[in-house]
Amino acid sequence: MALQEGFATLKREMPVMKRDGAMPKISVTETSSPIIQIKDLDFYYGSKHALKSITVDISEKKATAFIGPSGCGKTTLLRCLNRMNDLIPDVRVTGSITLEGRDIYESSMDVIQLRRRVGMIFQKWNPFPKSIYENVVYGLRIIGISDRQHLDAVVESTLRRAALWDEVKDTLHKSAAELSGGQQQRLCIARALAVEPEVLLMDEPCSALDPISTAKIEELIHELKDAFTIVIVTHNMQQAARVSDRTAFFYLGQIIEYGETGKLFTNPDKQQTEDYITGRFG
Amino acid sequence: MRQGMNLQGRIARNKTVDRLFVLFGLLATFVGLLTLAALIADLAIDGTTRLTWEFFTSFPSRFASRAGILSAWVGTILVMIVTAFTAVPLGVAAGIYLEEYAPKNWLTAIIEINIANLAGVPSIVYGLMALGLFVYQLRLGHSILTAGLTLALLILPIVIVATREAIRAVPGTIREAALALGATKWQTVKDHVVPYSTGGILTGVIIALSRAIGETAPLITIGALTFIAFLPGAPIKAEFPFISLEWLMSPFTVMPIQMFNWISRPQEEFHLNAAATGLVLMFMTLMMNAVAIYLRYRFRKRIKW
Repeated sequence: MALQEGFATLKREMPVMKRDGAMPKISVTETSSPIIQIKDLDFYYGSKHALKSITVDISEKKATAFIGPSGCGKTTLLRCLNRMNDLIPDVRVTGSITLEGRDIYESSMDVIQLRRRVGMIFQKWNPFPKSIYENVVYGLRIIGISDRQHLDAVVESTLRRAALWDEVKDTLHKSAAELSGGQQQRLCIARALAVEPEVLLMDEPCSALDPISTAKIEELIHELKDAFTIVIVTHNMQQAARVSDRTAFFYLGQIIEYGETGKLFTNPDKQQTEDYITGRFG
Repeated sequence: MRQGMNLQGRIARNKTVDRLFVLFGLLATFVGLLTLAALIADLAIDGTTRLTWEFFTSFPSRFASRAGILSAWVGTILVMIVTAFTAVPLGVAAGIYLEEYAPKNWLTAIIEINIANLAGVPSIVYGLMALGLFVYQLRLGHSILTAGLTLALLILPIVIVATREAIRAVPGTIREAALALGATKWQTVKDHVVPYSTGGILTGVIIALSRAIGETAPLITIGALTFIAFLPGAPIKAEFPFISLEWLMSPFTVMPIQMFNWISRPQEEFHLNAAATGLVLMFMTLMMNAVAIYLRYRFRKRIKW
């Protein structure tokens, strides 16, 4: 029934889509409750120490950006949050990550359920070579939902939510591969939204897109963070400044600075942060 | 100026070498093609006269002109059915396990090397093993079942390797997409990895079967007969339970063995029969390869990343 509730929420919030292109104001937020708490997290690939005592709180229904030069560990941390790193052999994690108070690395945690609560958007869009429709409903089919009307409704509401409905409503049963790159990435977002996650992880979602598609996705992120907690890894500092409420700056596996996006970009506490955001290195 | 002359000469020489290689490459290609063409032409000249309806519907005979390949082609098809139904599920399952599930450690590395080596074991060795295992230990007799299982073992490594290669071509990002939506590993495999690699797997299976269809040595080793003047029991019966597996235990012959038998006779007429059988066998193999190419093409067109 949670499904129907979430679905109702989706419907209620649908008309929010506006296309005036107004770009974000950087909000100075009151600290809302953290949905994810990362504490003293260390991560190793074999003997390589990739993350060093990371401690970060991620606020609910806010966008948090991870920035930093390549190889600094931001994607690694992102992939810890839905345990996608489990797929890599020979990795080791110490410390804790809690999602609403429960440690996601404890043995009783069901990884399948975790991943349904914490969705992920990848750097390179990866729709299945199936129809647009089947892409969106895959997350529902695998838990045995096959009621056609229900699926139809989810397809429409999530595609609207991902600002893709108007472009694909007549071609729902055509192959997803025929869409443009930006459309495919929005399809992937719709596919992730269909399972109604609480958190959306985005791993450089625009790094392979042209500026117009990028703008569309950034706009989308803005709409989505009213309903979802978003964690976004990006190489693009302007993007972090535009879409996020809080930003963490990573360097060599450590978090150098973490705080309000507005403050971090205009008046950072650490010299290293300032050097990076002003383009002196990285 | 002197340097300019040198340069021109140099370039001219480079071009000549280039042209020479093209010539050599063409020649090398034609050696293969011409050999195949000559082979087919030779078989065709000898064999076509014998390719009549009666040739396909007659049992072997003491008289070359009355002999046919009925029991041989039926045997070949039945043995291939047993081989396919054994090797495909085993090979595909093993390929999926090794590629998707098996942890990457020294044990799986050893298994992998062994599978690659098994593909290179001479087929007569498989025949010897099958003789010991299926005929003497399991007492399956000199039967279609024994032959099918023997050839299945022979092509198993090929099917495994082909399966692995086909599913390795599915991008890792697709697996991640499914897993990130909360799919289990098995759901990822059955909904994505296998469907998207079906073309490659089928191609590998058909290539493997077309290798098995021409095998002679291991079947002679397990005691295939060379003269069979009856057909195995029908698989469908009028009375309950309607399906009969009696044919599995029936003695058999296959086309390459029939060919071998006719070639080893002194009379010239039997050699014509052998040539005709060779033509049929060759046609079957080429058809299987054609189907494989068609399937690969169809599936490639359907799956767009």
